[in-house]
Amino acid sequence: MKNKPEAETIESTAPWLPPKHSVTLTINGAAHQLELEPWTSLLDMLREHLQLTGTKKGCDHGQCGACTILVDGKRINSCLTLAVMHEGSAITTVEGLATGQELHPVQQAFIDHDAFQCGYCTPGQICSTIGLINEGKAKTLDDIRDLMSGNICRCGAYTNIVKVVQEALERSKTQ
Amino acid sequence: MRSFTYSSASDVAGAVEEISGQPEAKFIAGGTNLLDLMKIDVMQPRHIIDITRLDLATIEETAAGGLRLGALATNAETAYHEQVENRYPLLSHAILAGATAQLRNKATDAGNLLQRTRCYYFYDKATPCNKREPGTGCAAINGINRIHAILGESEHCIATHPSDMAVALAALEAVVLVSGPEGERAIPIADFHRLPGNTPHIDTNLGEDEIITAIELPAKGFARNYTYLKVRDRASYAFALVSVAAGLEIEGGTIKEARIALGGVAHKPWRLPHAEALLHGQPATPENFRKVAEAYIAGATGYGYNTFKIELAKRAIVRALQQATEMEATS
Repeated sequence: MKNKPEAETIESTAPWLPPKHSVTLTINGAAHQLELEPWTSLLDMLREHLQLTGTKKGCDHGQCGACTILVDGKRINSCLTLAVMHEGSAITTVEGLATGQELHPVQQAFIDHDAFQCGYCTPGQICSTIGLINEGKAKTLDDIRDLMSGNICRCGAYTNIVKVVQEALERSKTQ
Repeated sequence: MRSFTYSSASDVAGAVEEISGQPEAKFIAGGTNLLDLMKIDVMQPRHIIDITRLDLATIEETAAGGLRLGALATNAETAYHEQVENRYPLLSHAILAGATAQLRNKATDAGNLLQRTRCYYFYDKATPCNKREPGTGCAAINGINRIHAILGESEHCIATHPSDMAVALAALEAVVLVSGPEGERAIPIADFHRLPGNTPHIDTNLGEDEIITAIELPAKGFARNYTYLKVRDRASYAFALVSVAAGLEIEGGTIKEARIALGGVAHKPWRLPHAEALLHGQPATPENFRKVAEAYIAGATGYGYNTFKIELAKRAIVRALQQATEMEATS
């Protein structure tokens, strides 16, 4: 007859979970402190822990660009980086672009140019456009197409997306 | 993704000490390839050491008149760095031919060298792969092998190295500086990546307990006559079927020195100094370029779907050398 296991034995056979890590970062201007498992991506942190679901999960492998956000002003794929690596970062998502009820000019331009159909890729396209403008490297339409190639639109709204980026670039030069 | 533990290193010595004796630990910096492979369970580190806080992101001139790229400089910072754009435009163009703006903002220079192959079978755990699981076989040799190697491959692996940056670094004769428990050492880029042989699971000659600290470029940048020609299925965000990094030093129509490295054709950037030497002292003509191309691709093997690469690579070499001579726009 087997002995009844002691409490210590039960504890030691329980699944072991790595410790959580404390992360402090700024998201859309507000400071947040979170306790996160090491494998939480920045994308999952935004969507699952902060309910900021504007940033979309498309492929989760850095191929589609739907998860594009701005970290310290630079566009990255939020699905391919760990939240615990971003202590002290300043993050901007699509939710942080408008000023009150007034849309960010790039958001407004997507509406004005009818640059989306289903809209799933749009938050990533918008953040990517802002990142592209910050970089200041796009000079021609071909540059725009090349530098936006990390954002896939399966509805195929590319023609109008390029118009948005072109207009946003021109506006940024006059400001 | 499988669970893992996480720590953050604060200096190089500490990072080396932490990874030594921990074969299941991995460094993470940009993470764009490692996390992708962890999500599909192809890589399964039990511990992740974050090295992004190390002081290794600087790009600065060396005493020898070259340029030192810190291991943690991002691909974007490097490609758009004034010194790289002006003195090593071949490297700048190669980096910008790879990945996307988002990935280049995150991916680091050292990580670019250490990225894994994009062989479909390496990524597909339902198939055999000697690189992913040594001893299981190679599904690519008799499979869909359009993107695979035609040079330097073995019966165990016909994967290619996916980097564009590494191809330019091979042409420029860069040196990889590494630090380990025994101290520091310098590995010429030609000796950094390996051919698959009997050990296709080992991509590079970097020790498991070593860390890349920098990549050094010699003074000579071939900034006057160069090209990075990348032939691929779409114009942006696609890996090379064949790529050519070419740098020429031309004096009065005669080639003084030629550097040629190929991507997309082998397990490492493919460079043959003895074939380059065929151009030395010769006029820059299409006929001479074709001779070099033949020498470069001599002994290539096609595996069916990738056999087209043999002629494609030859023509790409000729076109790249013509572009470098005439300094037309690269594509």
